[in-house]
Amino acid sequence: MAYRLSFAMTALGNLLTTALDFVAILLMFSRVDALGGYGLPEIAFLYATSSTAFGLADLALGNMERLGRRVRDGTLDTLLVRPVPVLAQVAADRFALRRLGRIVQGLAVLGYAVAVLDVDWTAGKVLTVPVMVLSGAGIFCAVFLAGAAFQFLANDAAEVQNAFTYGGTTMLQYPPTVFAREMVRGVTFVLPLAFVNWLPGLYVLGRPYPLDLPRWVAFTPPLVAVACCALAGLAWRAGLRSYRSTGS
Amino acid sequence: MTTADGTGRTGGTGGTGGTGEAGGAGEALIEVDGVEKVFDVRRKTGFLRSERRRVRAVDSLSFTVRRGEMVGYIGPNGAGKSTTIKMLTGILTPSAGRLRVAGIDPSRERTRLARRIGVVFGQRTTLWWDLPLIDSYRLVHRMYRVPDARYAENLDRCVELLGLGGLLDVPVRQLSLGQRMRGDIAAALLHDPEVLYLDEPTIGLDVVSKVKVRGFLRDLNAERGTTVLLTTHDLTDIEQLCRRVMVIDHGRLMYDGPLTGLHEVGESERTLVVDFARELPPVETDAARVVRVEGPRQWLAFPAGRSAAPLVARLAAEYPVVDLSVREPDIEAVIAKMYAGQVVP
Repeated sequence: MAYRLSFAMTALGNLLTTALDFVAILLMFSRVDALGGYGLPEIAFLYATSSTAFGLADLALGNMERLGRRVRDGTLDTLLVRPVPVLAQVAADRFALRRLGRIVQGLAVLGYAVAVLDVDWTAGKVLTVPVMVLSGAGIFCAVFLAGAAFQFLANDAAEVQNAFTYGGTTMLQYPPTVFAREMVRGVTFVLPLAFVNWLPGLYVLGRPYPLDLPRWVAFTPPLVAVACCALAGLAWRAGLRSYRSTGS
Repeated sequence: MTTADGTGRTGGTGGTGGTGEAGGAGEALIEVDGVEKVFDVRRKTGFLRSERRRVRAVDSLSFTVRRGEMVGYIGPNGAGKSTTIKMLTGILTPSAGRLRVAGIDPSRERTRLARRIGVVFGQRTTLWWDLPLIDSYRLVHRMYRVPDARYAENLDRCVELLGLGGLLDVPVRQLSLGQRMRGDIAAALLHDPEVLYLDEPTIGLDVVSKVKVRGFLRDLNAERGTTVLLTTHDLTDIEQLCRRVMVIDHGRLMYDGPLTGLHEVGESERTLVVDFARELPPVETDAARVVRVEGPRQWLAFPAGRSAAPLVARLAAEYPVVDLSVREPDIEAVIAKMYAGQVVP
């Protein structure tokens, strides 16, 4: 908190840009009534859950983008000689409270969606909402972490990582019915982003699943998140061991 | 004569033989046995094509440092000094060989080792760039979980001896290089490390700062018994601080022993400067050779390993000697000779 004014201004700016994100969707719905067969409340629900999950992951590990620079200029050395795991240090370094903006906005849209949705709220559905947001955050964290591990190999991989994180969250804001079948398959079986909000979300909305998946997959996101984080953790450790530092 | 291969192989046990006077010091604290570090270097040879080359930064390196020793680690640029230090801190994982610091394998248990070692990189700071110095120290206090009383005591000591009094509230980015370096050294010592690694601690410092830093390190080693491993390009650092010196080149240990022993290995010569009562023709003796004559003053060179006494006695007996002085060989010249590969075939 060394620069207070700068903090206030970036926090406000962040809130505005993420808010515009949703305004774009509202504008779209002023022209059409449905998108891929989904109405505005349903899209808002998908948007909110994806955005909040991503916001939480971004708050914790969004700094991982900087890792590439640290690997390139060798300043990672200084983190490695301290008795605290590098992950915790990178996350804490310039811990960006301004990233709260996205979470605040995500939660606000979620509140709106839940209020206007025409859904029969059973206990299972109510419970699914917080679980999917937290598991989703876990899955995004794994993507951040895997991206960070990749930066040890290819020094300037931050943009590749952004394609999956920022790109992924934007994709998840729309229903799977608007995307090609191969793409949906990719984010279900290869990079399991579909587990962030599509599969559990469609269960809540009472919509049919893409790819004819069984109903119970709506309850697997926590397991998927744990598995992803474990894999990403292994990749991260392998990355650290292959770190080469810089001359002198 | 000790050759590089000789010291290299026996380094694990015999390498410390040179520091007989430090024999009172404790057990082996740093153990390096047959350690290698190989880097794969990719070079672009065309569009999308690249050529892989293996570079051996450190090659079958073996040595032991005992508790309480202060060792100078020198070598030309790219010799493998920093690579060694980085392996000893756990930053880099060795490609082969065994490495132990305080019984810990650095690359496997890096964070556990971190509590017991202090590291100062001359080229980059471990302090938080935007924070005042004192805030960096508070973070170190928390991060290393230093007991409050111990922290206060160590901080006071460092502030006093390193002259940091007026700097504690200044953000690190506003400190001069010398101030920052002193700040870095203090930060590395707040948690009472058993080993302190210093990678070029006096690089870019002015004379006053250098003297301050050296004095501080000498006291630290003498009073706290902190083991110090120091890489440097400034041989004055070594001369003033280290009894033992290790020379590395092309990743191999070329010499390990007392500083004075370097002279023998380097086949260097000491110089006896003699003032005679009057101008004389160059003196003739087997024990030395005349390298320069200037009026009544003559310069006689003799092997550095040999005593000057017999030579002085003979001169005094046979010539009208007014004054004498012995000049030690230039250590830099000795090491430059070693680097040039004249010593080791």
